[in-house]
Amino acid sequence: MSEEGISVVGLAASATIVCVAVAISAWQQLGLGRTLIWAASRAAFQLLSVGFVLSFLLDPKTPLVVAFAWIVVMLAFAGWTARSRAPEVPNMAFLATLSLSSAAVIALGLLFGLGVFSLNPRTLIPLGGMVVGNSISATVLLARRIIDSFEEQRSQIEARLALGHTRNQASNPCLRSALRTALIPQVETTKAVGIIFLPGAMVGLILGGTDPQIAVAVQVTVMYMVLGSVSISTTVLGLGLRRLLFTNDLRLRRTSVVP
Amino acid sequence: MTALFSFRHVSLTFEGQDKATSESASVLRDFSLDIPDGGVTALVGPSGSGKSSLLRLLNRLEVPDSGSIWFRGQDISTFEVTELRRRVGMVFQRPALFPGSVADNLRVARPDLTESRIGELLSQVGLMAELGDREANRLSGGEAQRMCIVRSLLVEPEVLLLDEPTTSLDAESVFVIETLLGDLARDGLAQIWVSHDERQVERVCDHVFAFCEIDS
Repeated sequence: MSEEGISVVGLAASATIVCVAVAISAWQQLGLGRTLIWAASRAAFQLLSVGFVLSFLLDPKTPLVVAFAWIVVMLAFAGWTARSRAPEVPNMAFLATLSLSSAAVIALGLLFGLGVFSLNPRTLIPLGGMVVGNSISATVLLARRIIDSFEEQRSQIEARLALGHTRNQASNPCLRSALRTALIPQVETTKAVGIIFLPGAMVGLILGGTDPQIAVAVQVTVMYMVLGSVSISTTVLGLGLRRLLFTNDLRLRRTSVVP
Repeated sequence: MTALFSFRHVSLTFEGQDKATSESASVLRDFSLDIPDGGVTALVGPSGSGKSSLLRLLNRLEVPDSGSIWFRGQDISTFEVTELRRRVGMVFQRPALFPGSVADNLRVARPDLTESRIGELLSQVGLMAELGDREANRLSGGEAQRMCIVRSLLVEPEVLLLDEPTTSLDAESVFVIETLLGDLARDGLAQIWVSHDERQVERVCDHVFAFCEIDS
């Protein structure tokens, strides 16, 4: 790698790693070759396109308001994506957008408000992207888990309601279990960082020539931001979805008839 | 004398619940009934005739599409729902067991229960006091149903609704449960049973209402 970054030839050379995987697939007749090529090509196209857009967005002359607008578009798109991944969840687009926005406002507000990073398009857009990108999978997982477990445990929830319990009392065990399931992957990733794997952001900084101590400091900050935003987004989504699954007079709706 | 419960032109439909067509299924249509206060009332009839739904209406786990339901002279929609549910207890056909021990299950209804009180309560329904420490999911069907009855009684309801409480239980468990509930009825706890067992209805119940299926 040169001081200026990876050359086009270098990029092409890195694709040989995928070629090896495709060759192994063909040799063992695993049938994965087409999928690997499609995934690698798509990733290259998407990243090159994003790189082009980012070149404009991260330009020091780009007004901050454009970066904020980009975050808003990203949040709306994330809501739409979450809905397409979990169509069985009622009002998923709204709930996902609301929960991801809450996480973004709190996490980014703290990072910029406390002066951890200076607020400009070059910091706002990547950090916003990490908040949304890392939270979306957890919110989709949580939403599906809640729908499934509330239906599976309908008899337990109704038995608690029949004892005169409130909505929260009746559903807290179910919600807690679903939240734990959704958060475990992120918690495990956070616990294993540095020992089992080196995270991408840190590797990127080190490969880009940054001092490892600085790269580590940035990575720790990013991991805290991701862990916090995943927790916030899943909690907001969990509370919002639970609210939808009960009527005002404390009856558990059937998922198929949630308005 | 004021009825225990009064149904006035009640209709109930479940959206998308018709198994054959996935369309709405009419469960009760323009249904009116006075259930007398005191003693044990049985609701009998074929499956799907709306008996269990009727119990759920009384506990407000369902609400009617139209019409009104009255509990001792007061429209149940005017009650605070948690208060109504404490006053009108419900025992389900299949025991709903919560995670944890028998003691944990009972404390869901009353968190301040002491170990000794739990032992007393279990003894009153013919269960060993030591069962308090056992995982609830390791109880037999009869033991679990008795524990659920105790749990429902811990909120001190004025009325107990029982949806086929002895279905698929052995004869000994059926006898214990019938005896327990008979004693409670004599002590003034009004009960409404859904039952398919004609002989049980004869043994236990003071009033009987028969249901028939309606075309949806």
